[in-house]
Amino acid sequence: MQPFRRHTGLVAPLDRVNVDTDQMIPKQFCKLLTREGYGRFLFYDWRYLPGEKPNPEFELNQPRYQGASILLTRANFGCGSSREHAPWGVADYGFRVLIAPSFADIFYNNCFKNGLLPITLPDEQVDELFRRTYAHEGYRLTVDLEQQTIADEQGLVLTFEIDPFRKYCLLNGLDDIGLTLQHEDKIRAFEEKHPVTPVQYDEVDMWSPERAAD
Amino acid sequence: MSAQTMYEKIWNAHLVHQEDGQPALIYIDRHLIHEGTSPQAFAGLRAAGRKVRRPDLTFAVMDHSVSTKDRTLPVLDDNARAQFEALWRNCRETGVRLFDMHSRNQGIVHIIGPELGLTQPGLTIVCGDSHTSTHGAFGALAFGIGTSEIEHVLATQTLPQFKSKTMLIRVTGRRPPGVTAKDIILAIIRKIGVAGGTGHVIEYAGEGITALSMEGRMTVCNMSIEAGARAGMIAPDDTTYAWMEGRPFVPRGKDFQLAVDYWKTLPSDPGARYDTVVELEISQLAPQVTWGTTPGMVADVTGVVPDPASFADPVERKAAERALQYMALEPGTRITDIPIDRVFIGSCTNSRLEDLRLAARVVEGRKVARTVKQALVVPGSRVVKAQAEKEGLDRIFKAAGFEWRDAGCSMCIGMNDDVLPAGERCASTSNRNFEGRQGKGGRTHLVSPIMAAAAAIAGHFVDIRDWGVGQVE
Repeated sequence: MQPFRRHTGLVAPLDRVNVDTDQMIPKQFCKLLTREGYGRFLFYDWRYLPGEKPNPEFELNQPRYQGASILLTRANFGCGSSREHAPWGVADYGFRVLIAPSFADIFYNNCFKNGLLPITLPDEQVDELFRRTYAHEGYRLTVDLEQQTIADEQGLVLTFEIDPFRKYCLLNGLDDIGLTLQHEDKIRAFEEKHPVTPVQYDEVDMWSPERAAD
Repeated sequence: MSAQTMYEKIWNAHLVHQEDGQPALIYIDRHLIHEGTSPQAFAGLRAAGRKVRRPDLTFAVMDHSVSTKDRTLPVLDDNARAQFEALWRNCRETGVRLFDMHSRNQGIVHIIGPELGLTQPGLTIVCGDSHTSTHGAFGALAFGIGTSEIEHVLATQTLPQFKSKTMLIRVTGRRPPGVTAKDIILAIIRKIGVAGGTGHVIEYAGEGITALSMEGRMTVCNMSIEAGARAGMIAPDDTTYAWMEGRPFVPRGKDFQLAVDYWKTLPSDPGARYDTVVELEISQLAPQVTWGTTPGMVADVTGVVPDPASFADPVERKAAERALQYMALEPGTRITDIPIDRVFIGSCTNSRLEDLRLAARVVEGRKVARTVKQALVVPGSRVVKAQAEKEGLDRIFKAAGFEWRDAGCSMCIGMNDDVLPAGERCASTSNRNFEGRQGKGGRTHLVSPIMAAAAAIAGHFVDIRDWGVGQVE
């Protein structure tokens, strides 16, 4: 995974509350077998008119927000479906930082698996960032994960909270399966005192290695 | 030791490793998999040269993209076929057990887990699907995960987890006739909001919950995620044990008794502390109907579509304006004056035998309104379907003009060809009324199965309590 240390980029506003993951990547694109290439489908139904023509009404389609890498949005961003296609799309579109008053739990988790930094700020600070984004064309922020700061070019500096372990993993681009496997002895010891293999009492119509061997 | 919640007990019983400043490593007892969110996880595993650690604890099913029509026909959707083939190949290569689309036990993952007895009190259960919260109805800790986490569980049978906060929702009072578990959970979401449960595991308690059947409890826990909570739980009791006994993967005889003895230690201790406590009194609750594009935008069936101007918070007001525009509804419209084009009775929220029995009682001897273009009944599993057919429910539905389909997620998510067309309005027993959820441009109203059935007959929403049917139990 790509490490995240410091990032400076253009801010794009998405002034909507409760943006769900169905909106980010609609169902028809959840039938693909890859993790790549979902940026084209991000916010598909809002972003495109028939024939994949960009919808000029949609905020992110405005010329001034092209090339944005920091998404500013409202509370409960990423609610609904657990589909990781949503953060895959957000990252592939070019975003690296998301700022909102709150995020839905599963989406928030999924962000960290994909090198995305979701930042939670109080409502008033998010309101202020919206005001500045609208007021200044080309509004940019610098996000420093090490220092836990967000700064603009007019001298505004905000700090944000993040769990130290998530921060450590993101700073170093760590694969957490690898981290867990360092504890394999503990997993094995736990399994010995925790037998949970289900016992099957009735015939069920299921493919299993045992059935395949018959 | 101080008094513990059920969540804390299950958490502690699954703690593999804990270091200061790091998430705990939690053991996973059951990993359920479907074709929609798993292919990339298996691909990642393969790319890293890793193996599935415990195929014996992993169960796969095809549900999201399956046809609910004739499955002996070839799959014409290339993408769906590729998903099925990938799941089939991944299971064969790794030894993961699979219920494919032709299995007699196939169905929606959250229907078949409990039905097979794979879901049991005290277990940790995950699935790459947000409605995994359903299984908490048995007193299990069950939650939805992303694809990277699926890969993590496949490789390690554990997940690094931060401990959630706990929320007790106490539902008091007797449920009135015509009011179902669906109405209770919609009323809860209305009260605490679609982000009200964020960061929490919810425990539902009180006589309004314990009086529910297992089917009803699953409906409540299913929509915990719609309130922002990753998991919802209900303490196991005699209703739970009676429902489980005799299922294919539930212990028998003396072992069953031993299991029950353990399950009886799970409920929260008296005096256990919760981070948040919420109460809902239901003796006056009316059937609920959503009017907007989140499950929290919901009204009594006797009410009207609200005026966005009545929302104090400007962000909420704007959201309500957008929702009404999308839903093509005017403020002040009576809920019972909203006409509908289609009806969907199905999904992991409401497609169990009890749901179908109650809906059948509503439609028996009646006809779907001429103005309704399609009324679908999609049983949650093939076992539910077979039992319903044995009871003659299929004939009741078909005689009334409903289509009787095969099991799957169907029009809840529209990944197969059961799609709500743009501009059409659907009375749906599913869980999400998001923009485009059932089909691009489709307008979803979430209701209980008896309310959906009645809407199909009338052609618009009706207050089921006026019909003299729908007394649950």
